[in-house]
Amino acid sequence: MTRPAHNDIPAAAQSLAGICAPRVLVIGYGNPGRQDDGLGPAAAAEIGKAGWPNVTTSDDYQLVIEDAVQVAAHDVVWFVDASRQGDAPCSVECLSPAFEITFTSHLLRPEALLAIAGEHFGKIPQAHLVSIRGYEFDFLEGLSDRARANLALAVGLLSRRIGLILRVSR
Amino acid sequence: MNVQSSPQPRKIVIDPVTRVEGHGKVTIRLNEAGEVEEARFHIVEFRGFERFIRGRMYWEVPVIIQRLCGICPVSHHLAAAKAMDSVVGVDRVPPTAEKMRRLMHYGQVLQSNALHIFHLASPDLLFGFDAPPEQRNIIAVLNRFPEIGKWAIFIRKFGQEVIKATGGRKIHPTSAIPGGINHNLSIADRDALRQEVDQIILWCSAALQHHKRFVEANQALHRSFASYPSNFMSLVGPGGGMDLYHGKLRALDATGKAIFDQVPPREYRNYLIEGVRSWSYLKFPHIRSLGSDQGWYRVGPLAQLNCCTSIDTPLAEAARREFIAENGGGLVQATLAYHWARLICLIHCAEKIKELLFDDELQGRDLLATGQRRGEGIACIEAPRGTLIHHYAVDENDQVTSANLIVSTTNNNEAMNRAVKAVAMSDLSGHEITEALLNHIEVAIRAFDPCLSCATHAMGQMPLIVTLEDADGTPIATRVKE
Repeated sequence: MTRPAHNDIPAAAQSLAGICAPRVLVIGYGNPGRQDDGLGPAAAAEIGKAGWPNVTTSDDYQLVIEDAVQVAAHDVVWFVDASRQGDAPCSVECLSPAFEITFTSHLLRPEALLAIAGEHFGKIPQAHLVSIRGYEFDFLEGLSDRARANLALAVGLLSRRIGLILRVSR
Repeated sequence: MNVQSSPQPRKIVIDPVTRVEGHGKVTIRLNEAGEVEEARFHIVEFRGFERFIRGRMYWEVPVIIQRLCGICPVSHHLAAAKAMDSVVGVDRVPPTAEKMRRLMHYGQVLQSNALHIFHLASPDLLFGFDAPPEQRNIIAVLNRFPEIGKWAIFIRKFGQEVIKATGGRKIHPTSAIPGGINHNLSIADRDALRQEVDQIILWCSAALQHHKRFVEANQALHRSFASYPSNFMSLVGPGGGMDLYHGKLRALDATGKAIFDQVPPREYRNYLIEGVRSWSYLKFPHIRSLGSDQGWYRVGPLAQLNCCTSIDTPLAEAARREFIAENGGGLVQATLAYHWARLICLIHCAEKIKELLFDDELQGRDLLATGQRRGEGIACIEAPRGTLIHHYAVDENDQVTSANLIVSTTNNNEAMNRAVKAVAMSDLSGHEITEALLNHIEVAIRAFDPCLSCATHAMGQMPLIVTLEDADGTPIATRVKE
């Protein structure tokens, strides 16, 4: 599926102007036991350290249907995942809801979560996917050096965009 | 899905089981008369986690070991922590630590049983075993049966919140440490969970009532599907009551007579032996005194219900009595009864969570005990899918020198083979691997376990491959389900 490149954060932030303190959710998902697959949870942990009010962070092994409840309870959701391909340090995309059928117990795409949130929990938040480039995915704990560098840059970018949304809403 | 047939009918293979995690392969062998002789449920992947653990510091193990499985990591976390209690010379952790661990465990069994019954099994039960594949998934359940879908989501989510409050994270917690726990339950978390727990108990009870209506409407299917008599094994408490966190081992034969009882987990090797077969990476544990042919057994919710003499929470105990009575008063042998039993365990866990949330010892500050270092730790816990044994040896440098895990799926290995064989004997007609046969094999396996990656110590999804072969092992047909 082709997603639109995300270059409209100021517009997204503007659209939230007037909303008192938008609730922002950062879901980092992946398996920290598979080296750079842990980039998502690591990013969520870094964002959590900032201690912003109205920003909730969550780490998941994989996205699961239960996450739809939390997604629907927020105004803006940032999904953060590791990517095996693509640009370094990261790419950012806007997401739209899309139902998908899957037979696995805990393997949902963020678009499906948005669709479930809208269909069953009454709200589809603005949503974005940050894909941070990883390089090593073996059965080991810890990020590779290059992934760690990408993480720092991606967290910086994400922090600026979250901060922008929060500032505009004031 | 791929179907391959050789020109001359000799062997059938069915490959990939959909909502079972891991990678499974089933081989059905026919005899000279063309009847089902044997069914083998192979596990293809192997991760060798015991070897991976060797050389690690013992205190790292409770965190590392849970990478085995994305479905029941908490069970591995707690079993490893319990084993390492022994290594640090602690036979009894402080009450606050034990209650925190118990709360975490009940949260884990609650969320995992909810995943199993709602996300994985309910599509089969609600839409029918032979419903189109695109219909047999939790999203379809949510769309068609929104009330059940919401039970699924909120019960599981509640279990995850309990794990997060006790373990620090909803997946892969870090709080259980050798000798105790590293934090108590905050008042804020306690109060938040208290607000939800009554509703969760109500939903669990409603789910059981709904399932009983399915059983009433499908009596023959419920009793006969993949059914066979077997031994059962689980942990029980001192008086024989259900205890999913800590206790001693009890094994019953198919008539309900004790094979052994009140066996301390540290003595498991005197009673159990792990057999090996050339065609499977998964071991075949059996009761030593009975041998491999007679000594195999079943574990999991059905065994937990069959082996215990009571449950110490009122709704679950009433449900247990009804379960036993409606199934004739003796041991319940029906494979599909795993789901009924699973729902009773679900209620029990919700009730235990409520009980603990009103126990002030969870805010205690004595969290850690110490003792004289030992070289070995063995522990057992009733994981959502059954008895889980962790066994470690640790040297004087604090490094693990050997590890042996007998996970629930491994304990059920022979039982799953028997279930697949029962389905094949019932459903196989001629030499064709039909969609119905494939579906029914999945349903039988799923009654036991959605999580084969755990037993094989591999990670990932599980496709199913089924092969039919003739008496001399020559393949007749292969079918692959992605």
